[in-house]
Amino acid sequence: MTPALHLFLIVSAALFCIGLLAALSRRHAIFILIGIEMMLAAANLNFIAFWRFGPQPQPPTGVMVAIFSIAIAAAEAAVGLALVIAVYRHYRTTNVDQLNRLKG
Amino acid sequence: MTAWTVNNVWLIPAAPLAASFVILSLANSRRKSAAALAVIGQVAALTLSIFAFATTLQAPGYRAFHNFTWFTFGENALRIGWVLDPLAAAMLVMIALVGLCIFIFSIGYMAEDKDFTRFFAYLSFFSAAMLGVVIANSLLLLFVCWELVGLASYLLIGFWIHKPSAAAAAKKAFITTRIGDMGFFLGILWLYSGSGTLLFYDNGRGCLESAGLLALGASATFVALLIFCGAVGKSGQFPLHVWLPDAMEGPTPVSALIHAATMVAAGVFLVARVYPLFSFGAIDGVTPSLTVVVSIGVITALMASLIALAQFDIKRILAYSTVSQLGLMMVSLGVGGVAAGMMHLIAHGFFKALLFLGAGSVIHGTHHEHDIRKMGGLRSLMPVTFLTFAIGMMNLSGVPFFFSGGWTKEEILHATARWPTSRLPHYLMFAGVVLTALYMTRQMIYVFFGNRRPASEQLHSYLNGETPHFGVALLIQPILFVSLAFVAAGIGLGFVVYRHAGLQDRHRAAETDPFESAQPILFRFLGNKMWLDELYANTVIAFSKLAARISDWMDRNVWDGLVRALGGLGQLLGIFTTNFDERGINTGVDETTAGTRGLGRVMSGWHSGQIQTYLGAVAVGMLALLILYAWLT
Repeated sequence: MTPALHLFLIVSAALFCIGLLAALSRRHAIFILIGIEMMLAAANLNFIAFWRFGPQPQPPTGVMVAIFSIAIAAAEAAVGLALVIAVYRHYRTTNVDQLNRLKG
Repeated sequence: MTAWTVNNVWLIPAAPLAASFVILSLANSRRKSAAALAVIGQVAALTLSIFAFATTLQAPGYRAFHNFTWFTFGENALRIGWVLDPLAAAMLVMIALVGLCIFIFSIGYMAEDKDFTRFFAYLSFFSAAMLGVVIANSLLLLFVCWELVGLASYLLIGFWIHKPSAAAAAKKAFITTRIGDMGFFLGILWLYSGSGTLLFYDNGRGCLESAGLLALGASATFVALLIFCGAVGKSGQFPLHVWLPDAMEGPTPVSALIHAATMVAAGVFLVARVYPLFSFGAIDGVTPSLTVVVSIGVITALMASLIALAQFDIKRILAYSTVSQLGLMMVSLGVGGVAAGMMHLIAHGFFKALLFLGAGSVIHGTHHEHDIRKMGGLRSLMPVTFLTFAIGMMNLSGVPFFFSGGWTKEEILHATARWPTSRLPHYLMFAGVVLTALYMTRQMIYVFFGNRRPASEQLHSYLNGETPHFGVALLIQPILFVSLAFVAAGIGLGFVVYRHAGLQDRHRAAETDPFESAQPILFRFLGNKMWLDELYANTVIAFSKLAARISDWMDRNVWDGLVRALGGLGQLLGIFTTNFDERGINTGVDETTAGTRGLGRVMSGWHSGQIQTYLGAVAVGMLALLILYAWLT
């Protein structure tokens, strides 16, 4: 079975859905962060796939965007984890159901 | 040295002023510091005054002034300054010296008063203001100091504020002099609009110099008369003299300082200061304004000496005597004897202060007894007071040769004799001199001669605040001998008439005055101060009351109706506007608010605070957008 674009897209979409499901359903802030990271990974996979199966030869734009995105994701993960620690210190919990101070 | 003196004349009033402010900031218990500060301030003023006086002696007609800009408004700069000339210098020395004597006297006289420090603060303040009046080279600066003098006088007359009569007297003095000051102020305004300057001397551009006077022209007469109104009020001239006898409610040193020596002389000084305004356009030394001055002076002098003849309060006699002497000075100024008038002012300042201090000594000695009928025989009990009082009395009566009063009165009579318009003031002033001698002899006999009466019996030790006498010999004139004869006649008459009064029974007050038994109606008339207070009550004050009643009626019936009609119209408009507001605008706003609130409540329900709900909403929204996109393409 030769690798084809639609296979990558299916994997990517599955990955995204798993990530979204994790972000929406898990109560633990760390798991939500992991879900977000999975969605980001799905997006990166799409970039690479479209680049790989696009018209050849071409500049490595997709790869560059993916690397760029990973760097930002790393920074975002750092900020996110720091937030989780700060929230934990303040509320003694990381359960997002209890973090409802924004309730109107 | 000269330049330094001229540029620093302001230090003379500044010294007592500074003393006054420092004393005011002291605690009530710092009595010694207060008295010391006041005396130091006054000594400084006296020293500087003597320097200034010595400066003016350098040349005849010496005059130096220093002007500076106070403030500018638009293109006009308001300039004030001070002037040093013989007139100012003589007044400076007189005020500072008499003031110093009185300050020292007050230390003893007020020793038991609980507001001792306040008293000295006021005294120093008064002294500063009075010195300011004298050195002012601008009518405005003079007016400012003039009003400050009035304020100080008000504070000092009403010093014993717990006495209702003192409070009333202070109010009366303040308001009565204010009537005169109103005229004075109008005169200042007229002068400014006419000549464009309020400076007296300004290198030929001042209002007393040729250019300023020419710019004023014929209106100089009216300006002079308006300014004279101020002098009438301050110097207790008829018809505004009523406040001065009442002002004797103040402590005796105050009467001596303000109502005998200095403040009441300010009016005479003012006339002398702006004399060019009075004499402008004079024909043979006579102008309409000067004639008015003479008339007022003659009326005042005669009326006051007649009233003094029938008074029994030791201080009131002196007060009326002051009024009459001031009238005499005004006459002298009016007939052209400016030097004679000012000389009498200076001499009078000294000897009348002496008389008042003597009276203060008597009052202090007899436990605050003012009625001369209850005194008598004090000659042996208070020999020093008797001696000084006698010197003052002889000065005032015009005994010639050894007493300044004789010389200055003689000069004034001489000046009146030369007045071209009429000889009447001359003869009337002779009568005034005789009357003066008469009432002073009466007072002397009542107080110091004869048997001791109740108040004398309980005489306790009195203070030693005696002042030396200030007899200054001056010039000899031929009329001197005539005046001597008149004075002798007055004293002789007084002695003959009142000898019996002095010899009445020692244990009861002298009931009747010889004059009273001879002319009871006339005596009552004079004793009641010619009913001038009552006359004012029945005329001026009654008129004011009538005017007030008419205004009241107009207010209630005419203006009130008008105001009510206008008010009704306003109310009608108000009701209309209110309705529009309530029904239209208010309701609209209310509805909008209610809607917004309802929406807000619904929206706020959507805010669960659950972050995952939000995220889910974002996901659903994204999905919806995708579907929309797919459906559109």
